[in-house]
Amino acid sequence: MSEPQGAAPAPRSLRPGTVTALLVAPAYAWLTLAIFLPLVAMLVFSFLTVAPFGNRVAEFTTTHYLVFFNRPYLVEVALRSLALGAWTTGICAAIGLPAALALSRAFRGRTRELLFFLVILPFWTNGLVRVFSWTMVLRENGILDDAVRVLWPAAPSFGLLYSQPAIVIGLVHAYLPYMILTCYLSVVAIDDAVLEAAKSLGARAPVVFWKIVLPLAAPGLIAGSVLIFVPVIGSFMEPRILGGKAGVTIGTVIEDQFTQAFNWPLGSALSFIMLAVVLVIFAVFSRALRGRLTAS
Amino acid sequence: MTALGKAFLFAVLVFLYLPVAVLVAMAFNASPLYALPFEFTLHWFEALSGNAKLIAATRNSILIALLTTVIATTIGSLAAVALSRRRFRGRTLLQLLLLPPIAIPWLIIGTAMLVFFFWTGIGRGLHAMVLGHVALAIPYVVLVVGAGLNAQRIDLEEAAMSLGSTPRHAFFAVTLPLLMPSLVAAALFAFAVSLDQFVVSYFLATPGVSTLPVEIYTSIRKGFTPEVNAVSSLLLGASMVLIVVFARLSGMGGVGGRR
Repeated sequence: MSEPQGAAPAPRSLRPGTVTALLVAPAYAWLTLAIFLPLVAMLVFSFLTVAPFGNRVAEFTTTHYLVFFNRPYLVEVALRSLALGAWTTGICAAIGLPAALALSRAFRGRTRELLFFLVILPFWTNGLVRVFSWTMVLRENGILDDAVRVLWPAAPSFGLLYSQPAIVIGLVHAYLPYMILTCYLSVVAIDDAVLEAAKSLGARAPVVFWKIVLPLAAPGLIAGSVLIFVPVIGSFMEPRILGGKAGVTIGTVIEDQFTQAFNWPLGSALSFIMLAVVLVIFAVFSRALRGRLTAS
Repeated sequence: MTALGKAFLFAVLVFLYLPVAVLVAMAFNASPLYALPFEFTLHWFEALSGNAKLIAATRNSILIALLTTVIATTIGSLAAVALSRRRFRGRTLLQLLLLPPIAIPWLIIGTAMLVFFFWTGIGRGLHAMVLGHVALAIPYVVLVVGAGLNAQRIDLEEAAMSLGSTPRHAFFAVTLPLLMPSLVAAALFAFAVSLDQFVVSYFLATPGVSTLPVEIYTSIRKGFTPEVNAVSSLLLGASMVLIVVFARLSGMGGVGGRR
């Protein structure tokens, strides 16, 4: 670390441009080595027939990108992943916006700060551990079944574990804090006077919600949705643990190519197709977001 | 309306915390099949101390997190100083380049690292995980330290210089002490990012060298026992403590709650 230490205090002999370069060089060299070059390498890989290790000869091919035409089941898996993303995002929005409204309107001062912190705290704890915790709740004769049987002793077992709903529950649990956070930042800025004015002019609660609250909360909803949808379509650990055999997503298919099937070029191509989807989502919604911000 | 809102938020908090509470409770429950009624025991925590694999993984996790913290905080802070205090061509581009490590799903980043590191001979293992974790932590360090620098009044540094201090002295005597809370917050953040990182570690681990989250994942896939609950509870506790300290230092608990 002797080189960066010497760079910070800027001896007079160095030109300002050199100092700037020395300050940013270590961080960006590291990012290049560990993020950008690997992405480039994966792009190259995705066009190879086989992984070029040992004395195997790899040739150029676009087969891996045409895989959706050759293997219809992958289309099904991709659609299922998108559906998983849509369900998770939708449920997070349906719970997150009201929760953010409740937090910003029903509480004040220290209490509100504390509750806000409690809402976002889980989000900094290990996601794997939180997904694991749901297995104990959802499995046959788990806590959920126990709880139901307190009220209705003869209740049949739900046995939700290893099903699509189990995956959605786990993902909603994992990403809900994002939505509450982004919605909260939008709705906390709404002036009480605006709502009072609407009410005093005769607007009923639903009208106030649709005409005032929802448009003003939209940037938060959109930001939250993007932040949730993107990682959900790339999730593999939640579907594996909570979905079992039912949990085949594009994420688990990609993981398989790298850890089980060892078809790295195919895995790379699938990763890049997913990356393309992610970039399109960011491009579309960044415009929508900016459009909203300038319109208001 | 207010009462309804309070009840709803309470329900959301129950949803967020109940499974985690169950996980921790089951770490103290005697039944190996998670059966009720609850019977208190420390047996599963004692069993941990005899589990050489988990202990080795924990040691790796802490070592990687410490190295990540030191490296990412150092080089990230240097970049933050340049990005927030200097005007130069390409500055916006450099700021934009911080987004991919945060925004691209870890699955893609992790597999890309696996491909590249394997191809170039860097290989997998501890050093590869440190390489990866530092890269994931750098953007957060730059953002946290950058926010700290931007919140500081630049005229303090200028005042020191107009009173005869050299730029070097002004930086070390004025800017750096004021920046200390941000630096500590960034370091804690980097530590937490590394300690909780699973996906990237998973692809860079070797059968002999893994981290705590990777070991937990492997145990879950094999069939879970309360021992996994015990070790998960410890990890959970560690990251919660880190974040509470982080929040106090950076004032995060008060985001938007101010005024």
